[in-house]
Parts: sequence; C-alpha cells; structure tokens
Amino acid sequence: MTTATSPAGAAAALLKPATMAQALQRAMRDAMAEDPTVHVLGEDVGTLGGVFRVTDGLAKEFGEDRCTDTPLAEAGILGTAVGMAMYGLRPVVEMQFDAFAYPAFEQLISHVSRMRNRTRGALPLPITVRVPYGGGIGGVEHHSDSSEAYYMATPGLHVVAPATVEDAYGLLRAAIASDDPVVFLEPKRLYWSKAAWSPEAPAAVEPIGRAVVRRSGRSATLITYGPSVPVCLEAAEAAVAEGWDLEVVDLRSLVPFDDATVCDSVRRTGRAVVVHESTGFGGPGGEIAARVTERCFHHLEAPVLRVAGFDIPYPPPMLERHHLPGVDRVLDAVARLQWEAES
Amino acid sequence: MLALRAVVYRPAPPPEWKPRTDPAPLLPDPEPYRLLGTDAAAGVDPGLLLTLHAHLVRGRRFNTQATALTRQGRLAVYPSSTGQEACQVAAALALEERDWLFPSYRDTLAAVTRGIDPVQVLTLLRGDWHTGYDPREHRTAPLSTPLATQLPHAVGLAHAARLRGDDVVALALVGDGGTSEGDFHEALNFAAVWQAPVVFLVQNNGFAISVPLAKQTAAPSLAHKAVGYGMPGRLVDGNDAPAVHRVLSDAVARARRGGGPTLVEAVTYRLEAHTNADDATRYREEPEVEAWRAHDPVVLVERELTARGLLDEQRRRSVTEDAEAMAARLRERMNADAELDPMDLFGQVYAERTSQLREQAAHLRAELEAEGEAR
Repeated sequence: MTTATSPAGAAAALLKPATMAQALQRAMRDAMAEDPTVHVLGEDVGTLGGVFRVTDGLAKEFGEDRCTDTPLAEAGILGTAVGMAMYGLRPVVEMQFDAFAYPAFEQLISHVSRMRNRTRGALPLPITVRVPYGGGIGGVEHHSDSSEAYYMATPGLHVVAPATVEDAYGLLRAAIASDDPVVFLEPKRLYWSKAAWSPEAPAAVEPIGRAVVRRSGRSATLITYGPSVPVCLEAAEAAVAEGWDLEVVDLRSLVPFDDATVCDSVRRTGRAVVVHESTGFGGPGGEIAARVTERCFHHLEAPVLRVAGFDIPYPPPMLERHHLPGVDRVLDAVARLQWEAES
Repeated sequence: MLALRAVVYRPAPPPEWKPRTDPAPLLPDPEPYRLLGTDAAAGVDPGLLLTLHAHLVRGRRFNTQATALTRQGRLAVYPSSTGQEACQVAAALALEERDWLFPSYRDTLAAVTRGIDPVQVLTLLRGDWHTGYDPREHRTAPLSTPLATQLPHAVGLAHAARLRGDDVVALALVGDGGTSEGDFHEALNFAAVWQAPVVFLVQNNGFAISVPLAKQTAAPSLAHKAVGYGMPGRLVDGNDAPAVHRVLSDAVARARRGGGPTLVEAVTYRLEAHTNADDATRYREEPEVEAWRAHDPVVLVERELTARGLLDEQRRRSVTEDAEAMAARLRERMNADAELDPMDLFGQVYAERTSQLREQAAHLRAELEAEGEAR
C-alpha cells in the first residue's frame, strides 16, 4: 500500500476549465486522501484509470489496495464491497456501463439496499455505486440505458444524478461520505462538459436530496436531472423568443426527492413539464408528475406533461437522436401547456 | 501464363504455455476424510470430542424444538438441520472469536453454537424482524435467504480485514444447491484471485429442496470445483464431527497464515424435509433416509466416546439435561408474544428519514392513534 501524496500538489495539475470526469476523479481523490477507509474498486479502474478515465491516477497515487482492478464480475464487485463495508471500509464501486450493472442487481436489491433495515441499524452500508449512464455518445447496445427507475423503486437506496461539473464533485463527495448506499448516476455525455472550476477550492459538498433552480422563470417549470438539464436550459433560452419565461429545476437527487423545491416552483409558474431520457411508461416522470399533481393541483393551469425517451429498448447509435428528448421536443411540450386557457 | 511461386506456409510456434498452478495438490482426495471409525480416531483430543458431543446433543434438541414450534405456529417456517448438526457445530467451533461466520437460512444452529441467543437467531424465522442480533457484536452476518449471495460478502470482509492488517478469517456456509448460483462462482473466483482469508463450506445434504445433486451438477464432486479457481478442494464426511472440525480448522489456520481460500465439501444428509412446507416423500425413498439415519452424527460421536470410556451415565445425563433446559427456555420465550412497534417500519430504511418517509410515518401514527381511540 502506498501512501497518499499531498492533494494540494496533485490538484495543481488539474486543468482549468475542468471536465465533469476530472471533477469526479478529484472527488474520489480528495475523499481517499482524507479518509483511509475509502476504497475504489471495479473492472479497469486501476492501471487503465477506467474506460472513461474517471479513476485516472488513483491506483498510482493510493496503491492497488485502495484502487483495485477486480475480476470482471459485477455481482462479485458489489458483493465483495458489501463485505468490505461490513468491516468498516467505504467502497466506491464502478459499474463501467449502465447495462453492465444488471448482474449486480440482486446484490443491490437483496442486500445493499436493505442491510441497514434488516439489521435494525446495526449494519449500515456506506457504499457508492458509480454507474455511467444514459445515451448520446453513440454507444453500441447495452451502453446507453437509463436505469434510474429500477433504482428509484428500491427502498434503502439514494439515487443521485449530477448535471454540472460542480455538482459532480460536490455530490460524489456527499455520496462517499453518506452512511447509506448511493447509486451515483454519471451522465456519460456530460463527462467532457467543461466549466470554469477551481480545483484549489472545489465546490462545497452538496447534501444529497436538494434540488436547485438552474434558471428562474415565470411561465412554466421544466423539471429535469442529469443529461437533460443542459437540454432544458437550452430550450428555456430558445423559448424566450416565443415569449415563454421557463424555470428549470435540476433535481440532482431522485431519492430522496425534493418535493419542496419542485412544488414551490410549480406553484409559482402553474405549469410543469418533466424531462428525462428514460422511458416514459413506468419511468421517473410518472412518479414526478403524480407527486406534483397531488401537491399542486389547485395551482396547475395545465396537466403535468412528460417528455421522455420512447418506450423502446435503447435504439442503435444511428437512430438515438430520434429517441433522446431534444430542445424541439421540450418546446413542443411547453407549447401544449394549454396556454389558450389563459386568454 | 503466370508462373506462381510455391509458398510454403510455416506458422510461427505459439508462445509457450504452461499451467499457472499445479492442479494436483488442489484436487480433493477421492474419499471423504473420516476420523470416527478409523485408526486415526484415537488421536482426537478427548476434550474436543466431549465438547462436540455436548453441542451435537444440544443442536439435535434445538432442531426438534424449533420444528415443534413451527407446528404450534410460533415460527413461520423452520429449515431443519437435523442430520447436519456436525457441520454446523464444527463450523462455529473452528472459528476464533474475532473471525466472521456467514450463514445461510438453514444455519441457525451454527449461529447458536457460536453463542448467539437462540431467540435472536430465530427472529427471521419467527417473523419478528429480519435479523435479531447485532452482526458486529457476534461477528456473524445475518442469515441469508437468497442463495450464495452472502459468499462474496465473506470474501469482501476477509479481504478488508487483511488490508487492515487483522488476522481475521471468514467462514461462509452454502448448500449444494447454492453452488449452482453465479454468486458462488464469483465469490470463489474473487477469493482465489485476492488470496482472501476465507473458507467456503458446502454442506452437501443431497437435495436443493427436491432436486438431487445429480441434477444439480455434473462435477465429480463439489470439492472438485475448487481446482478451477486455483484453491484447494477438500472432501469430508459431514456427519463425522471431529473430521469436519479438523478439516475446517486446518483451512482456517491456512487462511489465517496467508495461504488463501479453501473450498470444503461436507457430504451429509438432510434427514427432515426442506421445511415444514415440503413433502420429502415425493422425491426420495425411505431406505435412503434409513441408511443415513444409521450414520447419525450424534450417534457416531457417542459411539467413539463410549468406546473410549468417556461417556458414562452421569455425563450422558448432564448433557441431556443441559439440552432439555435449553429447549425449555426456548419454548417458554418463544411462547411469549413478540412486542413490535409498527413505527419501527420507518426507523432504519435510511440513516435519516426522507421527507417522503416522514410523511408516511405521520400517516401510520395517525392510523394507530385512531385505532387506539376506537378500542
């Protein structure tokens, strides 16, 4: 086991502006430097630094015992992480791609999510499951799923999806520090998105479970998260020309769900559209629309609409642009918000 | 006409290949290891024999008492380990206090032998929450109902202990059916690659509910599976308590000194049905059961003790009385109704309740108050 070098010295090597991938790597590095119980494990996370290079340099800096290339077996990766957490470590596991996480589902659902509950609090499992997720990178089959609804349906898991470089850092730090398991969904197509970001003074650690208003507006609320956040912000800018002033709420966390921030916004605007890449039928949008309707019914000028991926298995790369909700589809939905009822 | 020059294709020889490990020392012996009834039995420590005997008698009584409690409706279900007591007792006794045990749902007796309060061990099967004891306090994982999923936990824990410099060993229990699960494979593979201090004990009791071993695997023995992972496989007579204890103790000692994992197959038999919900007469014939009854683990040890003059009437009586007293206490305590607080439903889902759970808890509290007022 090698010892950690000074994080400040290593941090200076990070370029500004930073990418989301770099912010995630920095979050793991800072957590590992501060807390010797933090261990990273997964397929290719060591020497290669991950297929997206998100774990780049961690094995070199902290040694192979702290950042471990495991055999290629997702159930084994997560299952051994359970035992490591039982012995007092904080494992951060990488699932490499969304659809590769499915073999680990039994461990996640039968053990990880419920160990605290079944042991009446004696065995909390502070495990972070990093899942690069979502489409838009031209990946072949099984490389672009949005599986958040499965995780959301499992009590005991936190489900988090950052949309900005700052949040990628702040939320991953919070996930690693959490005493409960966190499914940390990393929007693959935002890995290379950049933001002016000071590696010397990284963004604050964000508590999990708080949504944020990314853009204020008065006409309607776009409720979104992860890779759809930039889409909604772009749609909101384009909507100005139509005379619509759209508010964009970035959920950041699907579980716990920030009803307060979402409903505050919808009560002010009176209209809402939920936007995500995942399928509409049985997808997160149904839950969100129902919650908003239950709580804000008398403030609503229109039904809560959903803009989601189609209810199809993730399409091949050459067709994915037709599947993914883009700016036009979001604006079409906004146009359908019964504006005529106002006049 | 074009003259084609004949080209003689000479493939380059492939790079040299050799096996990574010599498989011979990993292979199990052709016959299960036995002590009782062999000349080697004389070498077994009398103190150990007496300890094993006392635990076996208690274990048998625990099994019959728990089975009786299912008939009285005090336990939702009980997967009996009658006939397999030697495996369970030896598993618990082969460990030091600092070691960890990873039991499956049938391994209640291993947990009891480890010293956990029997009522706490039966919590899952009683329906009074899912785990009744603090796993850290007893270094015993919760009884696992999904098959083989607890095996990677054992590997991870053993690996973590070694990383932290502790000489802790994990012993994971699984049945013959569980060896067909993917998690069994992944756990063994991780353990061998990491050289984790873990011991896997397969209690081959002949059936996965109703499916016999022949329909479960085509391997020469379950212990043979070890060689494919690069760890030693050991076969042992699972009804011969000192033999199981010896094989497990050796494997634990080997793991503790950095020798890596071992797969032990204990050949035993489930004398009772899978649970009280099962009808064993549908899938096996009585003569087979009778043959195994004649190889009863309790009787085998008693025979050895008697032959050595170590089991007089007084000793026999005191062991039986101790087991009866344990059963009486268990009966009495299980007959008391469990006191459960419905509000506990929300207590430990997360470290901190989500706003959603706070709302739902308030809803249930209001329901309970209304119920209380109506009463």
